[in-house]
Amino acid sequence: MMVILVIAVCALYASPNLYGEDHAVQISAGRNAVVDLDLMDRVSNHLDDTKIGVKSVQMEDDQLLIRVADGDDQLSARDSLAALLGSDYVVALNLAPAAPEWLQNIGGTPMKLGLDLRGGVHFLMEVDMNAAIVRAQEQMVDDFRNSLREERLRYRRVEQQGDKVEVQFRDQETLDQAIRFLSTNNPDLEIEDIGAQTLAANLSEQRRKEIQEYALKQNITIMRNRVNQLGVAEPVIQRQGSDRIVVQLPGIQDTARAKEILNATATLQFRLVDLDHDVRDAVEGRVPPGSQLLMDRNGQPQLLQKQVMLTGDHIIDANSSFDEYGRPQVNIDLDSEGGSKMSRSTKDNIGKPMATVFIEYKPSGKTDQQGKIIFDKHEEVINVATIQARLGNSFRITGIDSPAEAQNLSLLLRAGALVAPIQIVEERTVGPSLGQENIDLGMQAIVWGLVLILVFMVAYYKKFGLVANAALVINLVMIVGVMSMIPGATLTLPGMAGIVLTVGMAVDANVLIFERIREEIRDGRSPQQAIHHGYDSALSTIADANITTLIAAVILFAVGTGPVKGFSITLAIGILTSMFTAIVGTRAIVNAVWGGKRLNKLSI
Amino acid sequence: MRLFKFDQEIPFMSLRMPAMILSALLVIGSIASLAVNQLNWGLDFTGGTVIEVGYEGAADLSQVRDQLQQADFGDAVVQTFGSSSDVLIRLAPRKGVKAATMGDQVMVALRSDGQQVEMRRIEFVGPQVGQELTEQGGLAMLVALLCILMYVAMRFEWRFGVGAVAALAHDVILTLGLFSILQLEFDLTVLAALLAVIGYSLNDTIVVMDRIRENFRKLRKGGPEEVINWSLTQTFNRTVITSLTTILVLLALFFKGGALIHGFATALLMGVIIGTYSSIYVASSISLAMGISKEDLMPPEVEKEGADQDPLV
Repeated sequence: MMVILVIAVCALYASPNLYGEDHAVQISAGRNAVVDLDLMDRVSNHLDDTKIGVKSVQMEDDQLLIRVADGDDQLSARDSLAALLGSDYVVALNLAPAAPEWLQNIGGTPMKLGLDLRGGVHFLMEVDMNAAIVRAQEQMVDDFRNSLREERLRYRRVEQQGDKVEVQFRDQETLDQAIRFLSTNNPDLEIEDIGAQTLAANLSEQRRKEIQEYALKQNITIMRNRVNQLGVAEPVIQRQGSDRIVVQLPGIQDTARAKEILNATATLQFRLVDLDHDVRDAVEGRVPPGSQLLMDRNGQPQLLQKQVMLTGDHIIDANSSFDEYGRPQVNIDLDSEGGSKMSRSTKDNIGKPMATVFIEYKPSGKTDQQGKIIFDKHEEVINVATIQARLGNSFRITGIDSPAEAQNLSLLLRAGALVAPIQIVEERTVGPSLGQENIDLGMQAIVWGLVLILVFMVAYYKKFGLVANAALVINLVMIVGVMSMIPGATLTLPGMAGIVLTVGMAVDANVLIFERIREEIRDGRSPQQAIHHGYDSALSTIADANITTLIAAVILFAVGTGPVKGFSITLAIGILTSMFTAIVGTRAIVNAVWGGKRLNKLSI
Repeated sequence: MRLFKFDQEIPFMSLRMPAMILSALLVIGSIASLAVNQLNWGLDFTGGTVIEVGYEGAADLSQVRDQLQQADFGDAVVQTFGSSSDVLIRLAPRKGVKAATMGDQVMVALRSDGQQVEMRRIEFVGPQVGQELTEQGGLAMLVALLCILMYVAMRFEWRFGVGAVAALAHDVILTLGLFSILQLEFDLTVLAALLAVIGYSLNDTIVVMDRIRENFRKLRKGGPEEVINWSLTQTFNRTVITSLTTILVLLALFFKGGALIHGFATALLMGVIIGTYSSIYVASSISLAMGISKEDLMPPEVEKEGADQDPLV
């Protein structure tokens, strides 16, 4: 009974794979928009006007999913919806499981296909941690100069030496004072006296880790933002190890464009609002020289001075929090050069509004003669705040509408100031047609392998061969079922090869058992005894043999990446399911067919 | 139907000296070839860029080379892949050029004369990543062998463990040797195949050893050599049939699985054949040479074992 139950559950969860997937267009809200019923009506009406064969329009998890008939309809639906909705929404291509609703409700989804089967891009990006550390040290040099000057501790020189910062003083007394002063103010530095009236300051291990952690997180945030622009339905952005980021964009067609966007740079500027001229005049076309008309995020025009007070590369950190009245605010830290620039330019402008401009280079979709993508410069005012006092190294922006808004702003501020540059160290791109071809080839290999084995087993073991074949087919269904059930398991081309290999090796357990039964019969046992003893004595052999293969599979999983991992998953699952079907499954069948009868001969 | 009918034991072990010499020669030959020819390391380990493109008809390779030459990719290796309309272009890693955009530059160069060229696959691996993958791969191999040695030593006897691992090392070295002699490309999937070979060959070896252990306990008479011969004879049918079924599916994979997993299927095919041989000769011969005997395998609770056998006699 248990056997039937287990097999039935696996078959149930394997079944969504039979239904395949619908081509779909997915709409999710951008910064200033929501997905609601109105939108759903708008989209449905719009699609009714076009000649696109729409299967259904659904709303789930703040997203709108539109299923269409085929790939061509999918593309035209995407284009026409993107034109309709503009930049407030992200319109992405997706595949939606076509299984019936009740099946999806119990978690029945098809297997996830790897990039090599689905087509798409895989990037491994490395964050330049040295750059982050060097930046922190430069920061340290600046800080030391400023704070020692303020404390009136006169130094001879401050400079970067290897991975340390050295400060030399005129006499031992000043040195001792400086060490005491700097140590109390910088608990995360290791400061020591290295003789010759010189101190050496080193970033503590803890601090280094923090800097690297921050650089990595910041880059992940930026990548996430950029990927969102691309309109990919199920992107993966993950950290890998201490300094790498994996970006996977399944089903993306234009990989060159994707790369350009991921490598694009964003910058930030603080500029004064031009109060001397009227915004309305500027909107009508009379923009004064020395000023520039820009839109803010609510579409309101803002007239700004062209002169830049500060650029975003001076920002060290920005995060959102609450002020003493519980209102959302954004705290910004600048490096010392930025601090003094800010201090100089805000000195005479207290009480005036200051705008934060976010500049992004987005691809225009056009290319120049050399086939290079032309980028449009997008400038957007993300915040206007009044300067309350002379600003220094650290200041805050208050008067923000909501905590979400504050968080968004701090994120954009950080995006404008990369702590550490990033570069692609590994790329695997698979074109959409090759993906489909790989699926077809993999399926063919599985079918051929299966047929060959089925024929061989029947020819060699007759009725018992049929039993083994039943187990083999059930085994395949179970592999597919288990793969569909495990959320993290993806099917790759080597994974399909693993399934083929499992098909060949899964019969091994049955071969072992059947050969044992034959031997027992040759030794003169009765058929019933032979079956019983055959199964029993083969059991430990099968277990030992499979556990060792399992060890190999687990090690492959632990050290392998991407495709190799896919292979190890199917291999491991295949070993487990084949043990189950060969030992428990075939025994149940054998007992049902031959059990309890007096037999003189076995068809084996 | 039965492949082989054996009523008498086959004297496998009488051939063990020639087999050992053969194995030793093959291993030495493989190591020599690995030292001289080395492996034809694939992109995964060397780093670099591989671009697969599809033309509508048969591709003109010399024209492709010309186009690449003009675009300053003179060092590119161009060959067909799978079919005559598919072309594989390999580029070594180079300094100064942003490697990540190299694939796109190549595509632009190929399309420069207005031909329809489909981008099928671009793979780029940085030199650093390649080196790491090599280290990880070697480490995986070692860890796998160690874990298996421990497991077999625990479940059986340390002499069997050594025999099993020697057989595995034998299989891996020979397969690598063949890859080196034939200069087949060694990439990540081949590494995965090698680990699968370890799993498979071990599977075979363990079945044999399991039987040897059982027979040592069961057969009252006969020295170690006879027991091993008898065990090999008993398991021979199973060994051949399982190898046969595995080879059948691997042939399906080799001919139907497409060019991308050719290397994988080749490595497994070779490995399975070598593994079948080694589980008969290498593992048992070494265990025997190290002096495995009845006493080593007798479980402490002999009475229980006897009780098991009573009703059957």
